[in-house]
Amino acid sequence: MKEVAIIGVGATKFGELWGSSFRNIGIEAGMRAIEDANLSGSEIDCLFIGNMSAGRFINQKHIDALIADYSGMATKNVPAIRVEAGGASGGVAFGQAVTAVASGMYNTVLLGGAEKMTDQNDAFINTAMDATADAEWETGMGLTLPSLYAMIARRVMHEGTATREEIASVAVNSHFHGALNPGAQFRKEISLDTVLRASPVADPLGMFDCAPITDGAAAVVLCPLDEAKKHTDSYVKVSAFAQGSDTLALSQRPDITSFGATVATSRKAYEMAGITPADISIAEIHDDFSIAGILALQDLGLYKKGCAGKAFLSGETKVGGGKVAVNTSGGLKARGYPIGASGVAQIVEISEQLRGKADKRQVANAKYGLAQSVGGTGSAVTVSIMEAV
Amino acid sequence: MDVGIVSYGAYVPRYRIKPEEIGRIWGVDGKGMGKGLMVHQKSVPGLDEDVITISTEAARYMMARVPDVNPQDIGALYVGSESHPYAVKPSATVVAEAIEATPALTAVDMEFACKAGTAGIQACMGMVASGMIKYGVSIGADTAQGAPGDALEYSASAGGAAFLIGKEKIIAKISKTLSFTTDTPDFWRREGQPYPTHGGRFTGDPAYFKHVTSAAKMLLEEMGTTPKDYNYAVFHQPNGKFPTRVAGMVGFEQEQIATGLLSPNIGNTYSGAVPLGLSAVLDKAVPGDRIFVTSYGSGAGSDAFDITVTDEMKNYQKKNAPTVEKVLENPIYLDYGLYTKFKGMILMPE
Amino acid sequence: MSSVARAWREFPGKYNLEGTKCGNCGTIFFPKRDFCPKCRREGIGKMQKYKVRREGEVFSFSIIHDAPPCNSALKPYAVAMVRAKDGVMISGQLVDVELDKIAIGMPVRAVLRKLDEDGAAGVIHYGYKFVPA
Repeated sequence: MKEVAIIGVGATKFGELWGSSFRNIGIEAGMRAIEDANLSGSEIDCLFIGNMSAGRFINQKHIDALIADYSGMATKNVPAIRVEAGGASGGVAFGQAVTAVASGMYNTVLLGGAEKMTDQNDAFINTAMDATADAEWETGMGLTLPSLYAMIARRVMHEGTATREEIASVAVNSHFHGALNPGAQFRKEISLDTVLRASPVADPLGMFDCAPITDGAAAVVLCPLDEAKKHTDSYVKVSAFAQGSDTLALSQRPDITSFGATVATSRKAYEMAGITPADISIAEIHDDFSIAGILALQDLGLYKKGCAGKAFLSGETKVGGGKVAVNTSGGLKARGYPIGASGVAQIVEISEQLRGKADKRQVANAKYGLAQSVGGTGSAVTVSIMEAV
Repeated sequence: MDVGIVSYGAYVPRYRIKPEEIGRIWGVDGKGMGKGLMVHQKSVPGLDEDVITISTEAARYMMARVPDVNPQDIGALYVGSESHPYAVKPSATVVAEAIEATPALTAVDMEFACKAGTAGIQACMGMVASGMIKYGVSIGADTAQGAPGDALEYSASAGGAAFLIGKEKIIAKISKTLSFTTDTPDFWRREGQPYPTHGGRFTGDPAYFKHVTSAAKMLLEEMGTTPKDYNYAVFHQPNGKFPTRVAGMVGFEQEQIATGLLSPNIGNTYSGAVPLGLSAVLDKAVPGDRIFVTSYGSGAGSDAFDITVTDEMKNYQKKNAPTVEKVLENPIYLDYGLYTKFKGMILMPE
Repeated sequence: MSSVARAWREFPGKYNLEGTKCGNCGTIFFPKRDFCPKCRREGIGKMQKYKVRREGEVFSFSIIHDAPPCNSALKPYAVAMVRAKDGVMISGQLVDVELDKIAIGMPVRAVLRKLDEDGAAGVIHYGYKFVPA
């Protein structure tokens, strides 16, 4: 298996991009990544796209062909593959791209993640996102995705491993970083009170516990590590990628205060990278709901159960605050959550950090960065570890 | 071999509204109206309740009390109602499926204004007596409609009860049943109309009172009994006033009807009214007690029953399901705004 | 949901909590599974129908304020994960309850209620919901 490098990254601004279509944002992110990698574009021999729901959001299936066409790759008949895994679509697509290069099957691969959400109304979008849970036995019975996470939060609070304030502080942390990221949807810090007093969505979770509806795209270019230098001096190494699954419905799990797939996947990733959680300086985690941030840090082994909430609340998850800077991009909550793009945007952020290009939110002397992407209620999880070179 | 009631179950939704709250909206002395009708509050179905769910709940309670009865031995299931959720597509099939009585049975929806539930009991009795089926189920249930502002709005309510009719281990023997039927259009609802229409005071003497008294007297005569021979009597109860008056007309005392008179507390549950009243009596009755029952359905007809509680009542697992009294505990009161939402009276965008 | 057939084929589970039990290891599953994930090959062909107990207790719950269009008239409404008496966890709505009185551990039981309907002319979907026991 070949070692893999990320040689270029790019992303659009995240937000309500009223003037841009799905194809506009997809192409913009891809062009930026290719430009960043100092490529012309003709070197790309395979294209992967993470996307959850273009079929519903813009009534366009077959977006692999759409992107291949508008990126000019169709003229060279470059293969294009669309990957869907709910909220983990981007993370899983990254895994496919890494595997393609590592296997030697393809050499220079462009991975994009894109979601155009605002062409639909909120209710429609929420229903589509709910469909990442069990459509027959969860949402079909009147549950919603936020309510499933709310039940996790209720259980965590009941078992005493995090307080409501600690859970809310996950959103405060993300907004703190969002304010520092010019590409983020929300560039405004918020107080704990703002989260706690927000209108309820699925009690105990409120509006500010939930990631927003966002348009956006992100892209990275991958090639074999030993060829990276041919193109650029500014690249990072993909030290590990691991992916795991769990039951589709939350009710099928013995414990809902932890995502077993994150635990298993991260252990595998650390082993593959030959490191321990203590080596991680930056983590981009899937905070589609605030409570997911608590679970993530604990399940990734970065904090012990019962301690992640305290870390968020004390601010040690902020840039320069402690041993691991969490969601320096603003995370899903403040950077925005264009579903299929988020897993790829996490890789973009980690790469920028490890290349020292993260500007005001730069983490000093970071060697290893980790990205965790989650589909549904932990039914699909990817953990990727990148290393500065 | 005797035919009778093997089990029963009753269900009334948890929500209530008071006549004074309804009167407040329509500029009427609702409290006075309630007093006149002897209806102090009425039940309202929840947003997710209808005749099918009410019937299912009653039928499940009924089955819970006879754990030894195999639902597969039920050969007929009737749901009597004038508010079936579908104009075409039976309520009875859902209920049959929900008590696991399918597929070897006949299942039919019945309609005869407020007496479809008792008509179903008669049909079951015939089929059981003839040996055609082992058990039959008859359910009377309604989510009654009353036009906004109409007198009916103060009483039209929701609830139902289910009866398992058979020959084995009967807790109450039905010695006789008969009916009195004429064509008397005192109350009706045309296809596609949301609310029923009624003949005002015409619903009284020539309709309710004539049919109930006639059926009751026919039964007393055929049985050779007098009102004094019965411990309890249940009459159809569109309100509290009518059954109270009709009891006197036939010769029953107020104590005899008190146990089965639920309308002051829950309103007029239409097809559910007599079945619920009889359930309340069976909750209290002991072996040897005799129960006199007369239903009424507009249009018009009355079914009368002579019932005697058997010794089997002692072995009956009554505790496996709540009594009517228990079902009526902990009501949740609605204001008229919520009531209109619960009843689907607000025009919503599609 | 607009497919009549899709709803119809799940009636046993939706109406009567019919799940499955592995004939090999005895594990109960709801919703039903065609295959026991614990026994794998040893369990093939041994899954039996199993009716889950309707009684249970609240394991966790949430009050939904941001409701899907089909349930907008119900909001705010409660949903819960319920541990049935035979150990299986089932998610569903919790109705006929004062929302501020719901608590983890609260005894509940499953009843049949309307889930939604396909418009005024469409079919009505029925299924289990929980009420306080």
